[in-house]
Amino acid sequence: MLHFDCGSCNGCDIETLACLTPVYDIERFGVINVGNPMHADILLVTGTVNPRNKKVLVNLYDQMPNPKVVVAIGSCGLSGGIFKDAYNVLGGIDKVIPVDVYVPGCPAKPEAIIDGVVMALKKYEVIKKKHSDSVPSRMKWRKIAP
Amino acid sequence: MKRTIIPFGPQHPVLPEPIHLTLTVEDEIITEAVPALGFVHRGLEQLADLRDFRQMVQVVERVCGICSMMHAMCYAQGIEGLMEVEVPPRAKYLRVIWSELHRMHSHLLWLGLFADSFGFESLFMQFWRIREKILNIQEATTGNRIIVSVNVIGGVRKDLSPDQIRWMLSELIEVEQMIMNLGPTLFDDYTVKKRTVDKGILSGEKAMELGTAGPTLRGSGVSQDMRTLGYAALNELDFTPVTEKNGDCWSRCKVRFLETLQSIDLVRQAIARIPNGEINTKVKGRPDGEIIARVEQPRGEVFYYIKANGKKNLDRLRIRTPTFANIPALLTMLPGMWLSDVPVVVLSIDPCISCTER
Amino acid sequence: MLEEVIPVTPEILSGETAKIKYEGYKFITLSCVEMDANNVEILYHFDRDLQLKHFRLAVPKKTIIPSISPIYMAAFLVENEIQDLFAIRFSGLVIDFNRTLYLEDEIKNTPFCKYTVVESDSREISSPPDFDE
Repeated sequence: MLHFDCGSCNGCDIETLACLTPVYDIERFGVINVGNPMHADILLVTGTVNPRNKKVLVNLYDQMPNPKVVVAIGSCGLSGGIFKDAYNVLGGIDKVIPVDVYVPGCPAKPEAIIDGVVMALKKYEVIKKKHSDSVPSRMKWRKIAP
Repeated sequence: MKRTIIPFGPQHPVLPEPIHLTLTVEDEIITEAVPALGFVHRGLEQLADLRDFRQMVQVVERVCGICSMMHAMCYAQGIEGLMEVEVPPRAKYLRVIWSELHRMHSHLLWLGLFADSFGFESLFMQFWRIREKILNIQEATTGNRIIVSVNVIGGVRKDLSPDQIRWMLSELIEVEQMIMNLGPTLFDDYTVKKRTVDKGILSGEKAMELGTAGPTLRGSGVSQDMRTLGYAALNELDFTPVTEKNGDCWSRCKVRFLETLQSIDLVRQAIARIPNGEINTKVKGRPDGEIIARVEQPRGEVFYYIKANGKKNLDRLRIRTPTFANIPALLTMLPGMWLSDVPVVVLSIDPCISCTER
Repeated sequence: MLEEVIPVTPEILSGETAKIKYEGYKFITLSCVEMDANNVEILYHFDRDLQLKHFRLAVPKKTIIPSISPIYMAAFLVENEIQDLFAIRFSGLVIDFNRTLYLEDEIKNTPFCKYTVVESDSREISSPPDFDE
């Protein structure tokens, strides 16, 4: 899981971080926060998109290996929320990259975020299966006979 | 010596928020740091043209999620000053209680992140575990965990029942005990001292010259706290600003740690003296004129310049947030540091980028 | 309702700022307000022992204002911000982002100006001759 704050007010970011701490502890679902996009399967994005962080977001998304799922968190990430009319806001995350799971709330509660991530995990399994079926068999890992 | 340019951020494991620093290093020593902002810029001040002055309370709360209560309080105080509204005394005390709870949760958050910045993962978890208790109080009393949204122009929206107050006090005893237990770990530990003492030194004179605010300034031995202005009910409560002399990361950490305990004390004082009565007044008319409102946030002084002209919408709303004032200080702290100390020094000013860029 | 407001002009701005720094004032911030289509007003806020002092600088939009960042280094951020949002130019900035502190290169409009400027005028404002090269 990789977390990127696009243009949120910190509320959703802090709730996302709170998911990692003892009370909520998202690690029990086998999710761990990484700093490197190349190690990540799930991208958590909070906040609105503006012309400058759009480039960073697309860059991070491209660096992640396939298959990947994106979770948009908070009202701002969904549609722009309260900042929709501000001049430097393009709108929700889905204007820039495809989003798989939407988590509403301002700020989204940790329970909701965990729910969203678990949904994303299920979706990831499905996509992964499809993806591995489409890859030619010679590129798959072969089991080495003992 | 060959110069190397190393980008720091915008997406960095130690930072929850995007800020970019271009660091020029010689060997492993930093010689220059140039910031690049604008990743979180939304143009929030301009929303004043679209929303009326009552709706703006909800907008300014979203300047920063961590200190949302203080932003709304500062804005409301500014508008109340313009319209010459007298807030009921109970509302003033309630504002103090919630703002000090907010300060506590913000400082605990920072103490955790700071521990994380030098790799002390378990301390990070411990501080955030305490913080959840404060968030529970906020959720039980206001209905939301972080963006509490209790302020309206002319008072507050919610009241505290005697049961809630009793429960809050018993929770605070537990919180205080837990924080005290972590004190020795943070301040007597050899590793923590090695990573924080004498890092990112900022002298008192330099801090004043650069216009720093809040714990960054108080960590350098300057006793300046906007709470001494006595806004809300603070003029009836006793406290002295916490200061530390050395001006390094360790001092700033200590200031924030002691302020957390001070906030618990202020909440207790406010609860002991809270009067009964109304919690908000009816506000009629529209604001006119210009005013400055100043409130002490967890990160320092927040400064609102409000200009109104008797219309529904404000003419101009200008927000100067504490991190905006602390970034120049950060740029002077970084040269001479080791590259590995950058996360510690950057976090020691408690950067809040969404505040800075609005 | 602001107490202690001193009107200044671009010529005496640097001198007054240096004087106020010598008196021990701490720099807080600048507030820029658009007055009408051609004029803006910039307020300089300073503080000493929690007492505020302000400078009020009323100028036409096209004026190039001397930067106070050589005197108060902390002013460079807010001056860059005003350059971004109001397209007012400051000369002698310590670090000049050249209108890209918040906004991207391709954005040339000025979000905080309510009044639409004539096409030829706006081009002139967004690229004054000394920044053209």
